[in-house]
Amino acid sequence: MDAILNPFESIGKFILKTINDLGSIVIYMGEALLSIPRYRINFNNLIEQMIFIGMDSFYVVGLTGFFTGMVLSLQAYYAAKVVGVTYMIGPTVTLAMTRELGPVLTALMITARCGSSMASEIGTMKVTEQIDALEVMAVDPYYYLAVPRILAAIIMLPIMAILCSLIGIIGGYVVYAYFLGLNHVTYIEKIYQYINLGDIYGGLLKSVFFGAILATISTFKGFETTGGAKGIGKFTTQAVVLSSICILLADYLFTSILF
Amino acid sequence: MITLYQLSKSFNGKKVLDNLNMRFKERRITVIIGRSGGGKSVMLKHIIGLIKPDSGRVLIDGIDMNTLKKKELNEIRKKFGMVFQDGALFDSLSVFENVAFPLRQHLNLPEEDIRYKVYSILNDVGLNGHESKMPSEISGGMRKRVAVARALILNPEIMLFDEPTTGLDPIMSDVINNLVVSMHDKFKFTGIIISHDIKGAYKTGDEIAMLYNGKIIEVGTPEEFKDSKNPIINQFVSGSMNGPIIL
Repeated sequence: MDAILNPFESIGKFILKTINDLGSIVIYMGEALLSIPRYRINFNNLIEQMIFIGMDSFYVVGLTGFFTGMVLSLQAYYAAKVVGVTYMIGPTVTLAMTRELGPVLTALMITARCGSSMASEIGTMKVTEQIDALEVMAVDPYYYLAVPRILAAIIMLPIMAILCSLIGIIGGYVVYAYFLGLNHVTYIEKIYQYINLGDIYGGLLKSVFFGAILATISTFKGFETTGGAKGIGKFTTQAVVLSSICILLADYLFTSILF
Repeated sequence: MITLYQLSKSFNGKKVLDNLNMRFKERRITVIIGRSGGGKSVMLKHIIGLIKPDSGRVLIDGIDMNTLKKKELNEIRKKFGMVFQDGALFDSLSVFENVAFPLRQHLNLPEEDIRYKVYSILNDVGLNGHESKMPSEISGGMRKRVAVARALILNPEIMLFDEPTTGLDPIMSDVINNLVVSMHDKFKFTGIIISHDIKGAYKTGDEIAMLYNGKIIEVGTPEEFKDSKNPIINQFVSGSMNGPIIL
């Protein structure tokens, strides 16, 4: 009988744990956001985080965008050549970058680079009693550690996503005009013809939510950390995996609503 | 005045504090001694509201810590300074910035006043010339002294020390014990020290209390403790494995 029930018990436990985790994250985000009006914003801290999430991530986000744009252009060429619509490569690359790949890849790269750093930094502070020290000094750790990171991610993700998209479009242009030897004026002309601002705004709106998701989950997992060095590794991995899954899930939901 | 009233706390079914009652004298240093894992640090964390009790009350000047909202709790916490076992210094900040941290968070002081206060307290704890070092660049004893300086910078009414001499050699332990006494003479705080260092307890404590099986079993002056007839205290003080304490 146990052999029959055990798998169901495991599934039930997994569902309960997932619901519990998601509930905890929502409560945590509420607490972090509610702490904003209680204190004055520490702009130095906020700007430090904006630089870390934004400027310091420029190369990795830029390179990701550039190569993605190049690959998109090349793949679109193979398909478009068959039906004789190679002039549509520009709009295809631009639509894919602004609506989907720019925001999603930026969010995933920043999750890997900054989300992991947020979780491990706060996790280390947790296991070495530095979070307790903040509380004892009457400093709200959610406000001091989480709020600047969440706000910085919300502000910087759309900026990085638009840069990623722009660099991706340039990458596509390089392949289109120089490697494939097609007419570069057509590439740009067709982008203007087929792309409207709504495509860009939709991507930007997604990025705002992706920023909130990755910073909230990463800092939450940092605060949850227990169990020394091994625990820091485990919770950092959880932060990256959960953030990535939630970003991809949110991307689908937003795409189905926005476009 | 700090009063613990019928305080109980269990972790995973194991009772760590069991209807504990204790009253700490104002502007005196009380040393809590007891076995490792006996609940001393848990008791200390209850006093500052880092842990909530299963039952019982922690009263600070008559205010129950467990009934307070976050903002009220933070106001009460401004009365406290706490030195953690490993210092709990912010490892991304220099010694200077660690000590200046509470000033920057709570007082709107000009930079020159902050510098004056930080240099002054670092001088008190004997750390002149180490301001720009990072916590990873200084020794364990120096880290504890930075932690003492950081805890004292806002001139708190109550100081909590979680095993301030653990992990230090006997000479450095004596340095820290002397520092606690001299800082108490200067700042006149109510001090609570968690320790197993009997020699240090005799030196720093106006009163000593022993925590055993989740309860305070005896409170007295160092002299009263030395002359105690309680076999549990005698065994603990003598450091013998033979006696009524169950290992």
